[in-house]
Amino acid sequence: MTLGIRRRGASRSRTRIDWFLTGLRVVALGVIVIGLAAFIAQQVNSDNPFARWANPDATGLTGAQIQGLVVAGLSQGAMYGLIALGYSMVYGVLGFINFAHGEVFMVGAMTGMIASNKLADAGAWESNFIGSLVLIVLLATIASTATAVVMERVAYRPLRGSPFLVALITSIGVSFFIQNVSVVLLGPGAKAYPGLPEWLTAKYTPLDIQGTRILVIAVAALSMALLWFMVERTRMGRSMRAVAEDKEIAALMGINVDRTIVTTFAVGGAMAGVAGILWGLLFRSVVHTTGFLPGIKAFSAAVVGGIGNMGGAMAGGLTLGTAEAVGPLMILEPLGVSGVSQLRDAVAFAVLILVLLIRPSGLFGERLSAQDRA
Amino acid sequence: MTETAETAGPALLEMRGVNTHYGAVHILADVDLAIHPGELVCLLGGNASGKSTTLKTLLGMVKPTSGEVLLDGEVINDKPTSYRVARGVTMVPENRRLFKRLTVRENLQLGAYLRKDPGGVAEDLERVFELFPRVAERLHQKAGTLSGGEQQMVAIGRALMAQPRVLLMDEPSMGLAPALVQQNFELIQQIHEAGMTIFMVEQNANMALSVADRGWVLQTGRVVLDDTAENLLAHPDLRASYLGEV
Repeated sequence: MTLGIRRRGASRSRTRIDWFLTGLRVVALGVIVIGLAAFIAQQVNSDNPFARWANPDATGLTGAQIQGLVVAGLSQGAMYGLIALGYSMVYGVLGFINFAHGEVFMVGAMTGMIASNKLADAGAWESNFIGSLVLIVLLATIASTATAVVMERVAYRPLRGSPFLVALITSIGVSFFIQNVSVVLLGPGAKAYPGLPEWLTAKYTPLDIQGTRILVIAVAALSMALLWFMVERTRMGRSMRAVAEDKEIAALMGINVDRTIVTTFAVGGAMAGVAGILWGLLFRSVVHTTGFLPGIKAFSAAVVGGIGNMGGAMAGGLTLGTAEAVGPLMILEPLGVSGVSQLRDAVAFAVLILVLLIRPSGLFGERLSAQDRA
Repeated sequence: MTETAETAGPALLEMRGVNTHYGAVHILADVDLAIHPGELVCLLGGNASGKSTTLKTLLGMVKPTSGEVLLDGEVINDKPTSYRVARGVTMVPENRRLFKRLTVRENLQLGAYLRKDPGGVAEDLERVFELFPRVAERLHQKAGTLSGGEQQMVAIGRALMAQPRVLLMDEPSMGLAPALVQQNFELIQQIHEAGMTIFMVEQNANMALSVADRGWVLQTGRVVLDDTAENLLAHPDLRASYLGEV
């Protein structure tokens, strides 16, 4: 907050770029406000003049449709949030973006696919679904954690202390490597999860929500609560936060910095593994590129929430997930944009740009003073 | 001032003929120094004289290229920092370096990170509160929100939580308001009188020597003077020739 005041007080004259950015902020916010207003107008009465002006063909949405969009957005966002935690925690500790984190998520989804199909072949998937689910979550978590830990040990630790660009490019290389390993081992085609029991895919009152969505939100919330407890309330979490803030002094306290960094990768990997399973259950299909788009979106979510901040990663995920579900139909459609259902990704990244335009440090990011940053 | 404990008995922490290099740059040259139990000793020197490197070498953050670092007579050249901290070597770093985003309590808990005696840790926490009642009031605040003086208290408290046998202090008066500097040295003396062995690195020669038993003067990595605090204070050229002050 202080920085905002200081920035305004700084004696730097506003350049053309500043005016351009201000214009962009106004236009972006304008689109959102007018879009929402038009949406509300169309909901109330699609024949009123304002609604007609915005989009003559609009018919508005039913309550159930809106509710469905929000729930879909939240469950999608919960998964983004789980993945975003890995980006954010690693950034907090090492100050670099691990672009291969999306692949850690993919490994989790793939492991879940293999394990669940094996279980289905053995008949256990149908006869004991809950037990099978716990087992595949466990296996996926282990596989993802192992991937993240090996990645740190083999690819990133030798580069510690080198310019951050080197690690960044390496992470992109690791990402391609893991995708290609997946192609070699499992082939390039999409692979399906086995069918889910009916009670899970059924819709539940009072809100008429699909069971899988409830499961996704519940598991994500539980994982996050566990992670929060670990980071905020345990000795290990305390040492992680200490290492994130000042490695030299953390070492002076007797903390094993290398081990703490590995732990951070492992915990982020476990969260991605859980997200991988949830993704598999919800969309029932995985390919070697499954990690790419969710990975980039989760990274955006981490930035939207304020990178390095755990609560922010979650909030960023939920914001992005909800925005991309709700935005097309509640803001763009009312404005008469055509083919809105194709625009989910565009909306998600527009949210990223918008947040960066207005709060460059993210929703919950700490505004670092120049001294802290140095 | 108490009589100096002098060199009777083995040194707690010692450097023998230590040389260090950063790349090709020779930082410390044949440094000998010994800290005995119960002493308050100081290392003086101007900018870039090797003071901080001396501390880092004692803590294992810089490895000597030759010579020996000894703890209780045991060579610890290859031992990591955690080994030394667990055996009672603790530092209050320059500019305090608290974990600003962590609470005061968490900072103090991290000081006791390697300790396995929860009972003793709780007792020491009480002792820190006795020494600094202000710290007890600020326990749940983020350390970054404290004033400079309060941060100094937490920094010393954090070091004491490690149950140190020797406290290394890197420029304790650096960055403190002038009024606090005096108070800070009184505090150091108070801790020392309670039985703590202290090795202090300082630029403020007069202040440091007024509380210390003995001192060394470091100049471009060499120990050029090694004497009692009294003699050093009385040395005619101390400040002009050795500390680079005009």
